[in-house]
Amino acid sequence: MQVYKAPLKDYKFLIKDFLNSSTTDLILNNSDIDQSDLEMILDEAAKFCEEELLPINQSSDSEGCIFNKGKVATPKGFIKAYKNFVENGWQGISVEKKYGGQNLPYFVNMFLDEMISSANMSFGLYPGLTSNAIDAIEKSASNEIKDLYLPKLSTGEWTGTMNLTEPQCGTDLGLIKTMASPQANGSYKITGTKIFITCGEHDLSENIIHLVLAKTPNSPEGIKGISMFVVPKIIPDEEGNLGEKNSLECSSIEKKMGINASPTCVMHYNEAKGWLVGDLHKGMKAMFIMMNGARLMVGVQGLGMAEISYQSALYYAKERLQGRSLKETKNPDKPADPILVHPEIRKNLLKIKTLTEGIRGLMAWTGLQVDISRIEKDKFKKQHSDDWIALMTPILKSFSTEVGCEASSLAVQIYGGHGYIRDHGIEQLVRDARIAPIYEGTNGIQALDLVGRKMPMHTGRLLKSFFHVVKEYLEKNSFNYNLSEFIPPLAKSFGRLQQITSFIALKGLNDPDEAAGPATDYLKMFSLVAIGYVWTQYAEISYNKGKEDPEGFYKAKIESGKYYMSKILPETGSLMSSILSGAKYYNEFDDKYFDSGFAL
Amino acid sequence: MKILVTVKRVIDYNVQIRVKSDGSGVETENVKMSMNPPDENAVEEALRIKETGKADEVIVISVGGEKSQETIRTALAMGADRGILIKADSNLEPLAVAKVLQKIIEKENPKMVLLGKQAIDDDCNQTGQMLSALLGWEQGAFVSKIEVDGNSVSITREIDEGLEMLKLSLPVIVTCDLRLNEPRYASLPNIMKAKKKPIDLLNVEDLGVDTSPRIKQIKVEEPPKREKGIMVKDVAELVQKLKHEAKVI
Repeated sequence: MQVYKAPLKDYKFLIKDFLNSSTTDLILNNSDIDQSDLEMILDEAAKFCEEELLPINQSSDSEGCIFNKGKVATPKGFIKAYKNFVENGWQGISVEKKYGGQNLPYFVNMFLDEMISSANMSFGLYPGLTSNAIDAIEKSASNEIKDLYLPKLSTGEWTGTMNLTEPQCGTDLGLIKTMASPQANGSYKITGTKIFITCGEHDLSENIIHLVLAKTPNSPEGIKGISMFVVPKIIPDEEGNLGEKNSLECSSIEKKMGINASPTCVMHYNEAKGWLVGDLHKGMKAMFIMMNGARLMVGVQGLGMAEISYQSALYYAKERLQGRSLKETKNPDKPADPILVHPEIRKNLLKIKTLTEGIRGLMAWTGLQVDISRIEKDKFKKQHSDDWIALMTPILKSFSTEVGCEASSLAVQIYGGHGYIRDHGIEQLVRDARIAPIYEGTNGIQALDLVGRKMPMHTGRLLKSFFHVVKEYLEKNSFNYNLSEFIPPLAKSFGRLQQITSFIALKGLNDPDEAAGPATDYLKMFSLVAIGYVWTQYAEISYNKGKEDPEGFYKAKIESGKYYMSKILPETGSLMSSILSGAKYYNEFDDKYFDSGFAL
Repeated sequence: MKILVTVKRVIDYNVQIRVKSDGSGVETENVKMSMNPPDENAVEEALRIKETGKADEVIVISVGGEKSQETIRTALAMGADRGILIKADSNLEPLAVAKVLQKIIEKENPKMVLLGKQAIDDDCNQTGQMLSALLGWEQGAFVSKIEVDGNSVSITREIDEGLEMLKLSLPVIVTCDLRLNEPRYASLPNIMKAKKKPIDLLNVEDLGVDTSPRIKQIKVEEPPKREKGIMVKDVAELVQKLKHEAKVI
């Protein structure tokens, strides 16, 4: 059974205890809210997700979207839920007030997105893509385009899409063929085929605004010749009233593994009218400004999937009676004990719990940096926040989505056969979570971004935004008696990370394969240490709050943290050994040996 | 027309109730609290009446502790115009609450007062009826449909025999059933607006109302745990046990 209650207590802990600082208050103040407003906002969002989105999660997965003659019908309940979602104003949560949004802090938006992803990941894609489109237009487009499109996008009356991929290119966008020809009136005619367009066509909104990457006649080769265009499904007049239909269509939707309630469309543009967003040939730049935010939000999806997997698995582990506890019977008047008594089940649950809560803290901290960067006047403080965000984006996108997959898979394991069959809705979690390591730049690409771009950037300055902070923290707390089960393992794993960082940097100078090879292992190691740092801070806070803890919330944080530090963090050791053994074992492996076991 | 709506802060309907170990009451510390569910229906209905243009102000009132402000805030975020909190430390009995409300009503002069039919904490189901008697206003209790037409209000009541349709004249007291409507969510823009809406704070002592309890609560305890079943040999043994041990026949 899919079980989900928004982790509101954890959010409140993060806001009040973990993020708590004068900066957080300033950011809230800047958005015209205080802590208690924030609680109310999260409470209402939670209610909406639990009551409106979760109940249609399973049915919408089995129904899927229906394609008929260029139109896409969304599953039962989606039209009502979407109407409810936009009427309650959630689409505009982080949009500027002048475009009809509420301009709330980014980290609050992250909490909202996590709840939506847990309750119904497919549903979340519709407003999620709109947010991406808003972001791209807000940061790159002319005022005319902003004024025309942003008000209706931020109310959710119109939805948005991102059109990058074409049949011959996904990761390597330099190969795109879609062409935009300039017209005398300043508009363009767009022609080409785009695939994998999430929510490219559907029945939730009156208009769909496509952002399309295309080349222009005689534009430079490769990604330097790409520009971004806004191409509406129905062309609005200057006041935003809907006019004629544009010359574009959805020709089919994909059959796929998961997120079945969101359509993945093939889009044909046949001399469709479009307008340039930002500067000519600067489409990739515009796209990347948007993409960094989108990557963090995909990380949030991973987190959301991990949370619902955990809650669903925990529910079952308490309900399901099988076998007896090995040491002593826990449930004498029942035929068996709940499976929660078994060590293997407990370990799996604790693994998901500690990774999820740790990632949530790292995510919220990074979200806070986005807010700080927006308002900070001090150049160096702003730079520190920007460096932290740039460094953590590939880490959070990759690691969080990996954890989403692992958590859902472990949830199936805890349900056993009942997880593998469809009735309980647990296998759906595996299928839905599996897209997140793939889209918005595969996790392999994220690891290359970390090792190849972020690591050497500004001669290692980005790394310092993390390394210096942790180093100082360790020095400050080295004699903190309370943290005796936290500081030593953190220091040890941090030392490993420093050592491996220099190892990869040095090796990579001579041979790029030596840096690319261990990239995903390195990213994982980095993630584990960063989360260890988060858990150590949780523990520090929780020891100080120990006296005001009637529900045992802080005690639970300390005990969970101990589990993480002693059972999960040591994995950095095996990752280190593997990385130190070098990349030659796969790079120099003869291609012909790959098929040595069978005849082709 | 002004509409006054009463709201009560109660333990959330999802929470498993725990009795305090000393038997003095129910545990409310660190327990999730929210608006009494039928009160949500009352707020919703008032807002709908206002949206049809038949009312111009919706005032929300609560009698309770400082934290009842949060409950009023929720109603304001749903769309109510302003709030009044009558601060009272102890749990007042329905008669006392009705008397407090009477005082406020005499001052505010609403033409319609909407209440939840009962609160899910004590299940008293008395305040609305008592208030009607104190004011001498017409009343409709357990209402699942309201239509305002000039000076009269047509209501449908959920009663044991089925549905009862009545026509009342303003001013009226109406207590709302869960079937009346589906309460809306507080929208994000309305939550943002709610913080700027005023809430008047008054102390119950300052109203000059006798709120002294008429009932003495002796002890609160949990219902006895269900005991394990046993197998009986035959009908004779069953009858014997029902007679002598269970003492039910």
